[in-house]
Amino acid sequence: MQIHKYDTVIVGAGGAGMRAAIEATKRSRTAVLTKLYPTRSHTGAAQGGMAAALANVEEDNWEWHTFDTVKGGDFLVDQDAAEILAKEAIDSVLDLEKMGLPFNRTPDGTIDQRRFGGHTRNHGEAPVRRSCYAADRTGHMILQTLYQACVKEGVEFYNEFYVLDVLLNEVDGVRKASGVVALELATGELHVFQAKAIVFASGGNGKFYKVSSNAHTLTGDGQAAAFRRGIPLEDMEFFQFHPTGIWKMGILLTEGARGEGGILRNKDGERFMERYAPTIKDLAPRDMVSRSIYTEIREGRGCGPDADHVYLDLTHLPPEQLDAKLPDITEFARTYLGIEPYTDPIPIQPTAHYAMGGMPTNVRGEVLANNTDVIPGLYAAGEVACVSVHGANRLGTNSLLDINVFGRRAGIAAAEYASTADFVELPENPEEFVAGQVEMLRDATGTERVSDIRRELQETMDKNAMVFRTSETLTEARDEIAALRERYKGISVQDKGRRFNTDLLEAIELGNLLDLAEVLVVSALARKESRGGHYREDYPDRDDVNFMRHTMAYREVDADGNDSIRLDYKPVVQTRYQPMERKY
Amino acid sequence: MSTATVEKPEAAADNGASHKITVTFRIRRFNPEVSAEASWQDFVIDIDPKERVLDALHQIKWEEDGTLTFRRSCAHGICGSDAMRINGRNRLACKTLIKDLNPAKPISIEAIKGLTVLKDLIVDMEPFFQAYRDVMPFLVTSGNEPTRERRQSAADRERFDDTTKCILCAACTSSCPVFWNDGQYFGPAAIVNAHRFIFDSRDEAGEQRLEILNDKDGVWRCRTTFNCTDACPRGIEVTKAIAEVKQALITRRF
Ligand SMILES: Cc1cc2nc3c(=O)[nH]c(=O)nc-3n(C[C@H](O)[C@H](O)[C@H](O)COP(=O)(O)OP(=O)(O)OC[C@H]3O[C@@H](n4cnc5c(N)ncnc54)[C@H](O)[C@@H]3O)c2cc1C
Ligand code: FES
Repeated sequence: MQIHKYDTVIVGAGGAGMRAAIEATKRSRTAVLTKLYPTRSHTGAAQGGMAAALANVEEDNWEWHTFDTVKGGDFLVDQDAAEILAKEAIDSVLDLEKMGLPFNRTPDGTIDQRRFGGHTRNHGEAPVRRSCYAADRTGHMILQTLYQACVKEGVEFYNEFYVLDVLLNEVDGVRKASGVVALELATGELHVFQAKAIVFASGGNGKFYKVSSNAHTLTGDGQAAAFRRGIPLEDMEFFQFHPTGIWKMGILLTEGARGEGGILRNKDGERFMERYAPTIKDLAPRDMVSRSIYTEIREGRGCGPDADHVYLDLTHLPPEQLDAKLPDITEFARTYLGIEPYTDPIPIQPTAHYAMGGMPTNVRGEVLANNTDVIPGLYAAGEVACVSVHGANRLGTNSLLDINVFGRRAGIAAAEYASTADFVELPENPEEFVAGQVEMLRDATGTERVSDIRRELQETMDKNAMVFRTSETLTEARDEIAALRERYKGISVQDKGRRFNTDLLEAIELGNLLDLAEVLVVSALARKESRGGHYREDYPDRDDVNFMRHTMAYREVDADGNDSIRLDYKPVVQTRYQPMERKY
Repeated sequence: MSTATVEKPEAAADNGASHKITVTFRIRRFNPEVSAEASWQDFVIDIDPKERVLDALHQIKWEEDGTLTFRRSCAHGICGSDAMRINGRNRLACKTLIKDLNPAKPISIEAIKGLTVLKDLIVDMEPFFQAYRDVMPFLVTSGNEPTRERRQSAADRERFDDTTKCILCAACTSSCPVFWNDGQYFGPAAIVNAHRFIFDSRDEAGEQRLEILNDKDGVWRCRTTFNCTDACPRGIEVTKAIAEVKQALITRRF
């Protein structure tokens, strides 16, 4: 085992991690630990764009953007945080441009902007052009540009280092961050990184669903490690289903396709969104569009022999426009479906996409230990975190924004903290937990297969905890997950080696997914209302009296070592906007 | 309410029904913890030919042999993790459908060439990323920063559009015979990324990058075999980009 010492350690090198690293490296001795090479991070898969009220192509301002974010999030958004997001959006786009990001341009050479779901002019009057974009590879360009800026800044990376534990230690009765434990993929060796400040930027956890736009590696390692150490997870029941995933595969086709004029149609060719959201139609927020699609399917208007999907129709758009604005997604249709989007509509279905919930933080990125206190030295930003700027439903283009605004804030806050704080002593045998876990898995001789348990987990989540939920389906999911967690104890991995043991890592990742799926389902069962991405058929209305508050889930362990989930709630921060009915 | 008729939708979607066939995957295995020698191993599996090669690798790993080791993440050709030699050609496993490979015959899979194999399909990417970092892959400007964005005409933006698509998967570099013979050569991917900045109207370090590429291990080593262009999963015209850099070195105009 090796021990390293840094002022600031950042876990993750996606958009949030690298944006934090650029700031932290300027201010403190910083290391970035990442399980993937930085440019492999899933930020690179983002397509449509990044919101900012630049007003380059039409009138717009940050207040409208704040309002849309709050309303889009079905009033579960912390409004102070949403205001920061919308205000700092403008500089964060301009910062990226200055780092070299090749945005698409208007005829006068400014950054071009396009429409996206839920972003409107003057509090809902009509769609507004707010999304700054680089063709349909905006995330790719953000990831490349941030990596380039990291190379320029000399950021120190530990590539293919899997962080498996976060170390906290009590000082004068306060739990503080003291380090992380990582497994070096190439050698199988354990490393302890002692740090004054730690920023988690390890991304989402969408791989517990089967049809998902998420990468295989998005397994919520950060959330799960924190949860195990008693840190609460906020609003985990709110998971976003993006309306347009490639049928059965889940590969995303950006909402920018509808921003460019694409239309959703059912088997009769009807533009059904006109019935559900008469004003902004196909550009309604994602939760509404996904429910509308499933309603069409349930009522027999789905397409195909099993009537299990609908179409994204781009055929009325000029091929030049598709080539210039949507080259990647049209190629996905050609590669994976053998379809020519110039002439044929594309079969789509909602796909698991984005975790609104995560590690609770304040607007400085500090992680909360409970409703009021922070854990000194521990920070989080990006999809792993819950600030909460997305509330019950994230608007498209607000996540690339989130990772830049709050990645930067967390990087600055962490490094500033590190410049005045002392190192917190490492706990005794800091690597003990991870070493035990790794040895246990390597030596395990059970008969259960990781891939079977993962498949069954994904199946029950797709079936029971997706767009439509009831007490019955969620109870079924909860029981099945409990059974799968039991079976997990009887797994074995075939690869007993040390070098690049991805077999072992998949087993660890599955453990994380099981823990987080349970949190999602338990939180969802308790939320007896429908809000944003969480829709309960047995409680179809939003209930502001009882549920306009954030869920805080804690892991509790009893004297016999059995764990359970305890739920608590945290008030929503309300500033300018009173809750109103969410109509579009 | 607008209604449009959607024509021949089902033909397009090919019904999506699954028909499995039996396919042999002949995979180059190497694990120095077990043996110093690499060897070929056959796996015979039943799989729908409309699936990706990556799906087949997963099926083998998950159901037959957990020790089979490869990198992957996004599974749709955007992260650059899974470049490998499939039937002798560099491709991304996640962007290659089995049906496009003549699955009646064994499909061979091995690590990309020219970089040290560490285990099975995993190679040491460090020399590749070092060459990338050596060409100053970042925007260099001087003078005061504007308060808002730098302006750039749509035409100037278009000038380097093609080379911004690179996902650093190394399919091009590891398909280049010059790179196989001489690991010191920068390789096509580094030159593509230099091109991305040399031809960006906002950048001011073009001369410096050209000097770097004028080196003995630089752009002149390219023998224009077009392997790189054929290998690029993003459809970048790599050879053309290299030719443009050579041209810029001669004329010093870019
Ligand atoms: C297909 C797709 C399209 C999208 N399009 C848009 C869009 O157009 N606009 C928008 O605003 N949002 C979009 N989103 C959402 C947005 O892209 C993501 O939410 C955002 O990029 C997440 O960034 P991140 O930095 O938090 O995480 P990621 O980019 O996922 O990075 C996570 C990082 O953490 C590291 N990591 C993970 N676990 C560990 C561990 N155990 N140890 C060490 N390192 C670890 C990984 O290596 C990686 O570097 C899209 C999402 C998807 C999936
Ligand atoms: S897995 Fe990402 S490119 Fe293939």
